[in-house]
Amino acid sequence: MKNIVFIPANSPLTKASFEVVSYARNLGGTVTVLAAGKLPSQDLSVLGTYGADEVIVNRSLVANDDQQITMWLANYCKEANNIVFSHDFNGKAIAPRLSVKLKAGFISGAIALPENDGSIKVNVYSGKAFGFMKCNTTQKIISLLPNSVAPEMSGNACGVTEVEETFGEIKVKVLSVKKPEGSIPLPEAERVVSAGRGLKGPENWGMIEDLANALGAATACSRPVADIGWRPHHEHVGQTGVAIRPNLYIAVGISGAIQHLAGVNGSKVIVVINPDAEAPFFKAADYGVIGDAFEVVPKLIDAVKNFRAN
Amino acid sequence: MKILVCISKAPDTTSKIAFTEGNSRFDENGVQYIVNPYDEWYALVRALEIKEASSADITIVTVGNASDEAIMRKALAIGADEAVRIDAEPTDAYFVAKAIADFAQEKNFDLILTGKETINYNGSQIGGMVAEALDLPYISIASKLDVAGSSLTLEREIAGGVEVVQVNLPVVVSCAKGMAEQRIPNMRGIMAARTKPLQVIPPKNSDQLTSYVAFANPAAKSGVKLIDPSNMDELVSLLHNEAKVI
Ligand SMILES: Cc1cc2nc3c(=O)[nH]c(=O)nc-3n(C[C@H](O)[C@H](O)[C@H](O)COP(=O)(O)OP(=O)(O)OC[C@H]3O[C@@H](n4cnc5c(N)ncnc54)[C@H](O)[C@@H]3O)c2cc1C
Ligand SMILES: Nc1ncnc2c1ncn2[C@@H]1O[C@H](COP(=O)(O)O)[C@@H](O)[C@H]1O
Repeated sequence: MKNIVFIPANSPLTKASFEVVSYARNLGGTVTVLAAGKLPSQDLSVLGTYGADEVIVNRSLVANDDQQITMWLANYCKEANNIVFSHDFNGKAIAPRLSVKLKAGFISGAIALPENDGSIKVNVYSGKAFGFMKCNTTQKIISLLPNSVAPEMSGNACGVTEVEETFGEIKVKVLSVKKPEGSIPLPEAERVVSAGRGLKGPENWGMIEDLANALGAATACSRPVADIGWRPHHEHVGQTGVAIRPNLYIAVGISGAIQHLAGVNGSKVIVVINPDAEAPFFKAADYGVIGDAFEVVPKLIDAVKNFRAN
Repeated sequence: MKILVCISKAPDTTSKIAFTEGNSRFDENGVQYIVNPYDEWYALVRALEIKEASSADITIVTVGNASDEAIMRKALAIGADEAVRIDAEPTDAYFVAKAIADFAQEKNFDLILTGKETINYNGSQIGGMVAEALDLPYISIASKLDVAGSSLTLEREIAGGVEVVQVNLPVVVSCAKGMAEQRIPNMRGIMAARTKPLQVIPPKNSDQLTSYVAFANPAAKSGVKLIDPSNMDELVSLLHNEAKVI
């Protein structure tokens, strides 16, 4: 079995990269990582510890252009059985193209290793159900949902080969990149503190940020809160916003409407803080605090700080 | 400018998600279908705004069966000019994308818009597949789209940030929140939609690369553990010792 993993390599490796390499290792057979970008070879060799046998990095494809990367991957993937991506913005742009180019079935958003019958579990209906998908082709393309399968260490640093191959003109020109300072990207966050209309106004978000900082968590919000401009749009989670699956999701002043739950019910542990014992969110929660956020959250911040100090 | 908007259906968000025939099929019993929110709120409405600002012809395309014409009429009522239904069950992303690409190939659209994803399968696949089949550039998960002549400036999501890009037509774009605001069709639109052309054509290929073998509902939560609001030390200790998340 020959497995290929694609990794964007313009910025430092993230947990998502370790997840896909370790996933490919667990599929059985060899693992070759194809990387595109300028990240130093020394940094890339670390992928060996997660199961890569070798890394081939293309130093010419630094523009992160999905058409060029697809052409490069297609040349290398002719003999591969499985081609694995992370189901992030890169995977979503490149994997479908490669599926058409190779005419290989694409299982998008895998959340587990293959079952005994070869099918792979994916989320469907915005996380309200699971589907088991099969490919009818010998080559499979799989994109792995971040935070679904924990990365495992299984070897030593591996060799990195640098190549320079270019493919046609770049049709998409990048003018600029805007990055919010210092915050943890929501889809990658292991802990998320989220708040809704129950907080009454944007001026009350200080305690949500304090709690997030104390926990090393990212912040999120319900849709109405983003719509009325209390919080930036990129924090909106749910069916029509970002879908997340952190280890810990703390929901403060959110009622738990089905559309909100759709984006967060993949979280491993859910804590709900709400004075209304009838709020639907309690049905989806692991831990619940029936109380007023303005009293409970400051106490929780103190408790977390105490815990961290000891 | 000729714009194609790919429209799919999705179960109304409050629908009960259940399965029949030994968990192999979605149970449509009592399910109301809506236009997939990304397709309607963002892709279609942005196309209308472009049409209002300059001029454009907006065609919508749906791969689906006759029952999907209800959601297609809604898209016409919101303001699309004509509709094409490719008559087939949309069972596989590659099949749907090829059907759309084969149709688009002959029509020379300048701009092809899809939603970011369907809320039933959440695949985020069709846009990229259509782009590859037509050998066009693809801007995935765009939250802003501005037209200047034959050039587009777009913003799209990347890891923890937003990238501003420029590309020339023709191009495929998948549309996400931020691109436009939802519109409610008015009476005039609904009346006009009845007489707008809705053409039905057969798909040109039948290749299917994937299939669903089964579905399952998630296991119910075992029940919430309530913690006294004055005892947050207990919550922290449970999160550490029992849940092992901090
Ligand atoms: C097609 C569609 C798609 C949608 N997509 C999304 C989506 O992606 N994401 C999303 O979030 N929503 C989405 N919605 C909206 C969703 O239905 C709900 O309206 C929304 O989630 C409610 O937000 P909320 O919980 O912040 O506000 P509310 O429902 O108003 O709830 C506020 C909560 O705060 C509690 N509260 C009040 N005072 C306090 C206090 N002092 N301390 C603590 N709690 C307090 C209240 O008890 C209440 O439970 C969508 C809706 C539709 C129709
Ligand atoms: N059956 C279909 N007919 C037309 N367009 C579709 C169909 N299915 C999906 N699409 C389009 O492709 C987008 C992404 O869908 P998906 O790749 O399934 O998540 C949707 O938002 C629609 O714009």
